[in-house]
Amino acid sequence: MAHASAEHAHDDHPDQPATGIKRWLFTTNHKDIGTMYLVFSLIMFFIGGAMAMVIRAELFKPGLQLVDPLFYNSMTTNHALVMIFGAVMPAFVGLANWMVPLQIGAPDMALPRMNNFSFWILPFAFTLMILTFFVPGGAAAGGWTLYPPLSIQGGDSFPMVIFAIHMMGISSIMGAINVIVTIVNMRAPGMTLLKMPLFCWTWLITAYLLIAVMPVLAGSVTMLLTDHFFKTSFFNAAGGGDPVMFQHIFWFFGHPEVYIMILPAFGIVSEILPTFSRKPLFGYDSMVYATASIAFLSFIVWAHHMFTVGMPLAAQLFFMLSTMLIAVPTGVKVFNWTATMWRGSLSFEPPMLFAIAFLFLFTIGGFSGVMLAFVPADFQYQDTYFVVAHFHYVLVPGAVFAIMAAVYYWLPKWTGHMYNMTLANWHFWLSTIFVNVLFFPQHFLGLAGMPRRIPDYAVQFADWNMVSSIGAFGFGLSQILFAIVVIQCARGGKKATAQVWDANPRGLEWTLPSPAPYHSFQSVPEVK
Amino acid sequence: MNTEDPNRDGLTREQHRKANRSLTQRLLVFTAGSFAFGFALVPLYGVLCKVAGIGNAEAKAGPAIVREAVDVNRTITVEFIANPATVGSYEFYPEVKSLRIHPGKLYEAKFFARNLTRMDSVAQAVPSVSPGGSALYFHKTECFCFSPQRFRAGEGRDMPVRFIVDPQLPANVDKLTLAYAFYDLTQTAAR
Ligand code: HEM
Ligand SMILES: [Cu+2]
Repeated sequence: MAHASAEHAHDDHPDQPATGIKRWLFTTNHKDIGTMYLVFSLIMFFIGGAMAMVIRAELFKPGLQLVDPLFYNSMTTNHALVMIFGAVMPAFVGLANWMVPLQIGAPDMALPRMNNFSFWILPFAFTLMILTFFVPGGAAAGGWTLYPPLSIQGGDSFPMVIFAIHMMGISSIMGAINVIVTIVNMRAPGMTLLKMPLFCWTWLITAYLLIAVMPVLAGSVTMLLTDHFFKTSFFNAAGGGDPVMFQHIFWFFGHPEVYIMILPAFGIVSEILPTFSRKPLFGYDSMVYATASIAFLSFIVWAHHMFTVGMPLAAQLFFMLSTMLIAVPTGVKVFNWTATMWRGSLSFEPPMLFAIAFLFLFTIGGFSGVMLAFVPADFQYQDTYFVVAHFHYVLVPGAVFAIMAAVYYWLPKWTGHMYNMTLANWHFWLSTIFVNVLFFPQHFLGLAGMPRRIPDYAVQFADWNMVSSIGAFGFGLSQILFAIVVIQCARGGKKATAQVWDANPRGLEWTLPSPAPYHSFQSVPEVK
Repeated sequence: MNTEDPNRDGLTREQHRKANRSLTQRLLVFTAGSFAFGFALVPLYGVLCKVAGIGNAEAKAGPAIVREAVDVNRTITVEFIANPATVGSYEFYPEVKSLRIHPGKLYEAKFFARNLTRMDSVAQAVPSVSPGGSALYFHKTECFCFSPQRFRAGEGRDMPVRFIVDPQLPANVDKLTLAYAFYDLTQTAAR
């Protein structure tokens, strides 16, 4: 930045951020917007978490004690919607905002104004959704999958939830377009595609998934809306429609959606493991191809969510085998991560701990997924706690742990301070222990036949439910530590160096001072 | 320096904006295409069900029905099931629970329905044939499900369905089930 001087005059790029609320309302700076996404996501994580605590408190012992069944169902429905669309997805968009420009040596995101807009839609969408708790008929309670005819029979909440989902969809589509344009057009010279950090690669592929399937979700909920208000019969059997068709369209979105929530996590882990193993990533190219094949396969496996609705044998076989095929590129990744650590000189800073936990625990979720993919077995597991255990293993110690690993990895780069390592270690160990206490017993419950989405259960399920609830309270409380670490680090602490970690991380972001200046890479960086 | 720097990719700031704009536009078109694709899945779903012979599918491409070719050596049980989908509005049941039939021959079965409400009403029966795939071989030549049925308040009547089971029906099938869901269309019919 040696020649930063006189020409610096034009002012759509103020040197310093504006002050007060205006900074945040009107900012087009990728770092500000990234921060807002991440803070928003953290708030949603606690709101969704509070709902989960209600669920686990009700399930602590058999019988109905705390909430009535309708409210219980609205808890499960809204917990899922808040966590998926409010916590996990915005966290990844926030990380992309912060890190993609820093990693490819771009001065900002390609479409800064759209960036501002795509963030600011979110608080409105979620306010609308939370408001449904106060309308006649209560909040949506038919499950996050919104299956008709049940979902259409909701009270006033129905159109509000649909509209909120439309807004969330528009927001993530704009976010995705921004990521693609940034990565395709704004890379520093020399930053060829196959030199790009894996976080950028996985996000690029995720962004394509987003623009391919979020519009399909928008279409399917629009059909629900017209079935309810304009007497169309897309899903109404009386009028010649078919409710099962909704499930097909929904899961055509839904399965790629689960990869939208995990591919960026793969990218994060692929950054952190090499750093703290002090070795380059094993099999970089195969990582890129594996990510692309997972993304491709994710479009042809959707019906594994609905084996039991009835479909021809050939279709069952097709969806079973294609689903199992996904385990192959996923296995390639797990292999590469393990090989990266093999004979590395490992050190166990908090981001590394979370990344290693991800590696082990996500794999458990992958295994239960393969079990579910097996049609005759799925007939027994479908709609039991086994499915709940499966997707929570891939989402909590999977996606959420990766997000936490990313925060612990890059936080000093964002704030310029080191955080409290002792507290972060406590956060890690408590989270890892309790997340297993919370979700592992749910495998047993599911195999024994406990159905999901119920507020009460038969007494033989009592013991493991109590264990699971204790794990839930422990996990929930441990997350307060996370908030404390982050807030303390934002306020102050030991100064971080440009490198931040002794392990000498690679990548352009570490060539910038910590905190990364408000405007970075105004001049073209040199890519090695 | 900074954004005026003509050296980033050798492009000027203006060229950069242009490139961004054109890529954004292409991605928006892609997004609109995905939205349209969501709706295109609706007719596609109908086509796939028809090809696979699932549920309500009527055989379109099946071989023409040759009535002479009655296969007297083969006997198949056809079961009838009636589900009044809207609770309380209709009484609805088959007059006989099942028939034993020969493929290739025309049969008639009757279903009885009564409007239990004090208002005139319209109902629609939606058929489904199982096991999956066999709808392709179940030809209804006449059916009360072909059109909405009107009932005066309290009226009840028998309604016929005539059918031929195709002799091409796979040999492993010896039992077919014809199920109807009976929907009250009165609220929807006004449209
Ligand atoms: C090897 C990889 C995987 C396989 C083979 C697999 C397979 C399956 C199958 C067959 C089901 C349906 C079970 C049923 O409803 O009966 C399912 C459900 C689910 N999976 Fe996976 N899965 C895999 C990875 C993932 C990943 C990476 C995620 C997300 C990060 C994920 C999230 C989910 C969710 C959320 C559900 C339940 C949705 C619901 O019913 O509400 N899965 N999985
Ligand atoms: Cu899936």
